[in-house]
Amino acid sequence: MRRPDRPPRPARRFRLAPRRLVVLLPAWAWLALFVAAPALVLLGIALGEYDTGVPPFRPPLGPGGAWQGTLANFAAVATDPFYRDGFLRSLLVAFATAALCLLVGYPMALAMARAPEARRTPLLLAVLLPFWTGFLIRVGAWIGLLRDEGWLNGVLRALGVIGEPLPLLYSDLAMYVGMVHAYLPFAVLPLYAALARRDPAVEEAAADLGARPAVVFVTVTLPLSAPGAAAAFLLVFIPAAGEFVIPDLLGPPEAQLVGRMLWGEFFQNRDWPLAAALAVALLAVLILPVRLFQRLEAGR
Amino acid sequence: MSAARAGLWLGLGFLYLPIVLLVAYAFSADRIPFQWGGFSLRWFVALAGDERLIEAALLSLRVAAGAATLAVLVGGLAGFALARFGPFRGRALFGALIGAPLVLPEVVTGLSLLLLFVALEGAIGWPAGRGALTVLLAHATLGAAYAAVVIQARLAEADRSLEEAAMDLGATPFVAFRTVTLPLMAPSLLAAWLLAFTLSLDDVVLASFVSGPAGTTLPMVLFSRLKLGLTPEVNALGAVIVAVAAVALGLAALLLARVDARRGGG
Repeated sequence: MRRPDRPPRPARRFRLAPRRLVVLLPAWAWLALFVAAPALVLLGIALGEYDTGVPPFRPPLGPGGAWQGTLANFAAVATDPFYRDGFLRSLLVAFATAALCLLVGYPMALAMARAPEARRTPLLLAVLLPFWTGFLIRVGAWIGLLRDEGWLNGVLRALGVIGEPLPLLYSDLAMYVGMVHAYLPFAVLPLYAALARRDPAVEEAAADLGARPAVVFVTVTLPLSAPGAAAAFLLVFIPAAGEFVIPDLLGPPEAQLVGRMLWGEFFQNRDWPLAAALAVALLAVLILPVRLFQRLEAGR
Repeated sequence: MSAARAGLWLGLGFLYLPIVLLVAYAFSADRIPFQWGGFSLRWFVALAGDERLIEAALLSLRVAAGAATLAVLVGGLAGFALARFGPFRGRALFGALIGAPLVLPEVVTGLSLLLLFVALEGAIGWPAGRGALTVLLAHATLGAAYAAVVIQARLAEADRSLEEAAMDLGATPFVAFRTVTLPLMAPSLLAAWLLAFTLSLDDVVLASFVSGPAGTTLPMVLFSRLKLGLTPEVNALGAVIVAVAAVALGLAALLLARVDARRGGG
């Protein structure tokens, strides 16, 4: 209960204003310096030109603010089939990875949501634990499993299934296995959250009215979990589209993806403006899925 | 439906097979990883003598601790503002900026931060060169995004009337913050710190972009070694990391269970 001699609310909010600044000012300063400024610098250097100096580019604004920028980097990214194919392939890989994660993750999330209350937290931790064991370590384990003299080929040979080792590592197969392994927890969590919230009474009602379990699943459970499934798909798709490490360590050496092209332009060719243009293009491609994801999150 | 349960166990098997094998074969004497050559601790001994790896690990731990602390400070301020300030001017932009590193591809964040550091050095001479400090700042930027989400979520579910009651009883806003809000936030501050710490320890992409010759972190060493394939030493290191993660998560689970039990009992 508010005492009558307390100032009314709007007055207090006004009184707090300087205190708000103590919170807001450092936060704004940080965000301006480390989030907004880098984006602007990135865009600026994408408009610059490759040069053999240190740093290896000519900025778009010359001495005295004279414009000397160029759209050549963006033109190269948009028209050169090498980059275009890289973008298409990256989106395909991201799409396939997200679809595979849904396929593998959905039954896992469903079984977790249907498990007795006491077993849910341990199961959730079990799905999360691999996430905490080090990303590179897990990729390294797949190298040990899949390479020519690796564990899987050893087992297959011992069983007499194959005579010569299968070339499993440095292939699309190895890349997808590594991608799904790394991103699966991202898919399981939102799926589990969506399925755990569902009301079992709706499914029971459908069953009581004579629907077979498969029909209940397709007509009730699946539609109810659709927003969660969409969130899970995007949560995998967005980072997977720019993924660099897994294709580089497990995938075929010749496969060019955006993350790899950007990395190569930057570290091998030292063409910073082109790398920046690739980054801006990747952002432009991902804006739609990112907005979609934010919509879904806001709608919950 | 038991099909879903079969899927759960298959999925968990897929998640754990490489990890279990990695730990098991860390104790193999064979030179080739994932080949059994009898029980041996030789690769753990080799690991302990690998100065380059140890040095990188110590640097990574220092960078991660600094980045996590900075991330909790920034993320705490941002999360507090988003949870408690209502609709303030520029709120939409503020939220978009703090969350941006969550949705940006790592290669984009890494490249743009590097270009910023280069531009800053050219303009004002800071940060001079690139190394541990620039990696720390990059990791803090990423960590702050996660920290803000965790802290905001905690504050949003904590009852605001407690703080108002304290102020109605005469506490200044600062005292109310220190004695009511801060204790309410404390678990989320710890969770955010641990999350940012882990993210930093695990990151190779941001670090590769913004680091210099003097700032080689553990994931950077691991990455360059894995380019040549898996070595038994890296295998042993993996076993150590898995053991540490399992113990840490086990402790966290135990703590959670005790808190739950106390809540249920009280």
